[in-house]
Amino acid sequence: METIIGKYNYWIYIALMMIGFYAMIAKRNLVKKVVGMNIFQTAIILFFISIAYKRDATIPILIKSQEVINPSQYINPLPHVLMLTAIVVMVSTFGVALAIIMMLYNQYKTLDEDEIIEILKKK
Amino acid sequence: METLISLKPLLAVAVSTLGALLIAITGEKARNLREAWSIFTSLAKFSIVASMLPDILNGKVIEYTLIKITPELIIKFKVDGLGIFFALTASFLWIITSFYSIGYMRGLNEHAQTRYFFYFAIALSATVGVAFSANMFTAFVFYEIITVSTFPLVAHKETEEAKKGARKYLTYLLGTSIAFQLTAIVITYSITGNLNFSSHGVFNKDISYELITIIFFLYIAGITKAAIMPLHSWLPAAMVAPTPVSALLHAVAVVKAGVFMVIRVVLYIFGSELLKTYNLGLVLALVASFTIIAASVIALRQDDLKLRLAYSTVSQLSYIVVGVALLTPSSITGSIMHIVTHAFGKITLFFTAGAIYVVTHKTKVSELDGIGRQMPFTMASFTLAALSMIGVPPLAGFISKWYLIFGALEAKQLFVLGVLAVSTILNACYFMPIVYAAFMKKQKYHISFGDNKREIREAPIFVLFPLILTAIATVLMFFYPFFFLEIIKIIVFGVKGGN
Amino acid sequence: MNLWEHSSILIVVTPLIASIVNIFISLLKRSLCYPFFVGILGLCSLLSIDILSVVTTSGTIRYKLGGWTPPWGIEYTVDHLNAFLIIIISIISFIIAIYSKESIKKELTKARLPYFYSTYLLFVTGLLGITITGDIFNLYVFLEIASLAGYALIAIGERRSVLASFNYIIMGTVGACFYLLGVGYIYIITGSLNITDLSRLLPSLYESKVTLAALAFVVVGIAIKIALFPLHRWLPDSYTFAPSAVSAFASATMSKVGIYVLIRIFFTLFEPRFLTDITPLSNILIWWATVAIFFGSIIAIGQTDFKRTLSYILIAEVGYMVLGISLCNKEGFIGAVLHILNDAIMIACLFMIAGGIFYRVGSRNLEDFKGLGKSMPITMAAFTVAALSMIGIPPTGGFFSKWYLILGATKAEQWISVAALVFSSLVNAFIFFKLLEKIYFSKKEVIPKHNFRELPLSMIIPITIMALTILIIGFYSGRIISSLIRFTVPEGF
Repeated sequence: METIIGKYNYWIYIALMMIGFYAMIAKRNLVKKVVGMNIFQTAIILFFISIAYKRDATIPILIKSQEVINPSQYINPLPHVLMLTAIVVMVSTFGVALAIIMMLYNQYKTLDEDEIIEILKKK
Repeated sequence: METLISLKPLLAVAVSTLGALLIAITGEKARNLREAWSIFTSLAKFSIVASMLPDILNGKVIEYTLIKITPELIIKFKVDGLGIFFALTASFLWIITSFYSIGYMRGLNEHAQTRYFFYFAIALSATVGVAFSANMFTAFVFYEIITVSTFPLVAHKETEEAKKGARKYLTYLLGTSIAFQLTAIVITYSITGNLNFSSHGVFNKDISYELITIIFFLYIAGITKAAIMPLHSWLPAAMVAPTPVSALLHAVAVVKAGVFMVIRVVLYIFGSELLKTYNLGLVLALVASFTIIAASVIALRQDDLKLRLAYSTVSQLSYIVVGVALLTPSSITGSIMHIVTHAFGKITLFFTAGAIYVVTHKTKVSELDGIGRQMPFTMASFTLAALSMIGVPPLAGFISKWYLIFGALEAKQLFVLGVLAVSTILNACYFMPIVYAAFMKKQKYHISFGDNKREIREAPIFVLFPLILTAIATVLMFFYPFFFLEIIKIIVFGVKGGN
Repeated sequence: MNLWEHSSILIVVTPLIASIVNIFISLLKRSLCYPFFVGILGLCSLLSIDILSVVTTSGTIRYKLGGWTPPWGIEYTVDHLNAFLIIIISIISFIIAIYSKESIKKELTKARLPYFYSTYLLFVTGLLGITITGDIFNLYVFLEIASLAGYALIAIGERRSVLASFNYIIMGTVGACFYLLGVGYIYIITGSLNITDLSRLLPSLYESKVTLAALAFVVVGIAIKIALFPLHRWLPDSYTFAPSAVSAFASATMSKVGIYVLIRIFFTLFEPRFLTDITPLSNILIWWATVAIFFGSIIAIGQTDFKRTLSYILIAEVGYMVLGISLCNKEGFIGAVLHILNDAIMIACLFMIAGGIFYRVGSRNLEDFKGLGKSMPITMAAFTVAALSMIGIPPTGGFFSKWYLILGATKAEQWISVAALVFSSLVNAFIFFKLLEKIYFSKKEVIPKHNFRELPLSMIIPITIMALTILIIGFYSGRIISSLIRFTVPEGF
């Protein structure tokens, strides 16, 4: 019980990841696949953000008057920064994926993978 | 042992590569010049090899390190008795074959002659490379070059059949050498850290029996060029090649490179002591004995002349293997002697087969009735060579057989005597009917040219002369074997000490 | 300011900026794009040579980005292994850039050429970034830059490449995300992302399950990126349908960079004993790679499409390299690193030749190779060299890496792996000699529609350079090992 409740953030991210993964593997619609991919990536963002969290800590902005800095009072800012970069990467991936989906749609007039394969087989 | 450092071994190898380039550059436009290159390089090669002989006879060794690719993989040449013996045989016969090739290729008006002469020269380069290798790596490199460079020669005709034969050729030679030989070399290196040929072998005495057996048979299986059964069937398949290729490469250069490697591995990688301790030589002798008999029996049933010769080659190669596997001084002498006696004999036989093909386009034994009357010189040479193969004195084949018998007695392996006896009978059975038919039987088929059946119609001089020459050589070698025995003495002294 | 001091950052930034500048140039005058593109890659090659010479003379370069001291700031560390990879990537990218001029013209419309050049430069940026950075998160970013550029480059190929590229995106993203997860776990337990720093922090945490989980995620993530069987599904389609120049470049570099990442993680981030003694990872990977070699080779036999055949051979070759590093001994490691070089050149050369044949014949089918020996003699001579090297015939380069790999496997007494390596050589021999026979000993059955001639010079020269390099590298293997690879061998081997 402890492992489930105490580390709920991990369970949530795993659950989200699996949902995304399922969509990427099992869905036949290309857009759904890409949505799954997004969920998958978001799960990882959540994971990173949650590991930065500390109980009773605040946002990592230094107050000038304060002289002694106690790290345990602040949330770890680094994972947030990393995730800012990762979000950029993921948005780019999303962009490229959508562009390719558009190319596919222009070529085959469908977004269903099976139908595309069907068309390819015919030729 | 004194060691000389000299460029000569490299020159001996490289000269025909250079020749090949000249041949390629000259091309079809200036055929005579191209052929001149061929002959010139073969002469140059032989004279370079021969020029090293005096030093070797004085008990010296000539070395040259070409390139150290990595600290342990070194391309290095070392000319010792065994190396020069093989190189002399191969390069001398190349001169003769060059003449023969010209006659044959022109006589048949073959296509792609430039390619043919080009790869022929490369193959000879690699053959001498094998002969002069100082370590297993160098030998392996040249061994592979032989395989790759002879592939175009086997596939020369570019027919489906030729391609099929060439494919089989390559599968066997390249496949086994990568699968078994390379593995064996790697294991040898990982155990000993040494790949140099040395007269007492590279392995320690404390190596386990299982391991040594595995490595030994990996080597034997990997050197398919020696055509030990059951890995022999590439040789008959390679008979689709033009006859000069079969003559020089598949009776001398390629197959002898195979048995040469077997000798190198047996005597210079394992060493006779080690093999004797584990009785591995005997096992090899048994396998080779089986090959001798089985191949001879198969040869009996071949109607295609070249195929019959090919199986005969398979059988005769195993003589050499048996000799070296018995590991006694006399048997080794016989075995090495057989390299040269068989080379001269078999090349003559192939030359005659080619001559017959050039003149009559006949390839079957059953079609040769009465051909002796038409081509008396050719068939006389054939007879001499066949008798030498059988081992009849006064012909060269007798000498090597004599030493082999002597070796079998020394090793107290009487079964080898039996094998030699049976094989001699079989040899006679598959050669003599040809001779008989050629001279005694009446011609079955009228050959299209000329009205007079008795008309002598020999092959062109370029074809005829070489085969007469090699046939005479088989006789001379019986009377003057001392030159060869002298070199062999050095070899045997090196690996056995004493005697 | 001495620019050469900053060469390790310049080599990444130059192609990055150039890729944007290139677009503007195209607006001015489109014909200037190509010289600019080649010039930039030539510059990168010069920089890479400079980096190599600095590394070999004065040891590891440590470059602090923006003046931040590590482990807080991002640090670029360049040691012998990085320099080795950098020079391979930049020079191959340069050569293929030259080659691409003609081949890509035939495969793309004129208007799209500048975008191709820009994306190509981005791809180079990503690959160089991966090899040069000393920060595992930064590595992720570069990995994605390279991958994104790769997706785009593949998608501009022939019709079917778009779907292949889409599948690659899905797979590649999963791989990258797994890698990122692994990085997250490493960060949880150490609080650091700097490779040098981590190698100091991690040993005390070897027993932790989190470390193991992190490594597992990273390995699987990278395994997808390098197409280690059974995670290879994206590769054959992508490389088959991509433009020839892209197949050549991506196949030569992408998997090699992945192997580099694995080496970094296994032997710099962790220590060899973590793979061998603490976890059975070494054994698992040996088996995994062995299966990959068998699989790649077997499937390669049955292909009729030349580029697809090469793709499957590449999958087997990836197995070689993974096997080499997971053997955890000196010989295997040397073999793997040497094979990075050899395989990059061989596979690039073969894909370039495939592109050349496609350029003239308009087909990739193995049957259409008949009689090409006569009409394209130089290309086919290069093909022969590359093929012999693939088989591992000495003295071509391929033999020597294979030698070390087999030696390593023998030393580790992994006989099945030895068999796999040998088997794959045999399969390569089978495939390539069958082709050589078609090329040289078969006549064309139908009268060709196209004019069969030798390729244009801008394609012939790069191909010939590659083929000659294969031969030269063979002879200089020992030199390369003693002056470069020797220093990359991890301690403890």
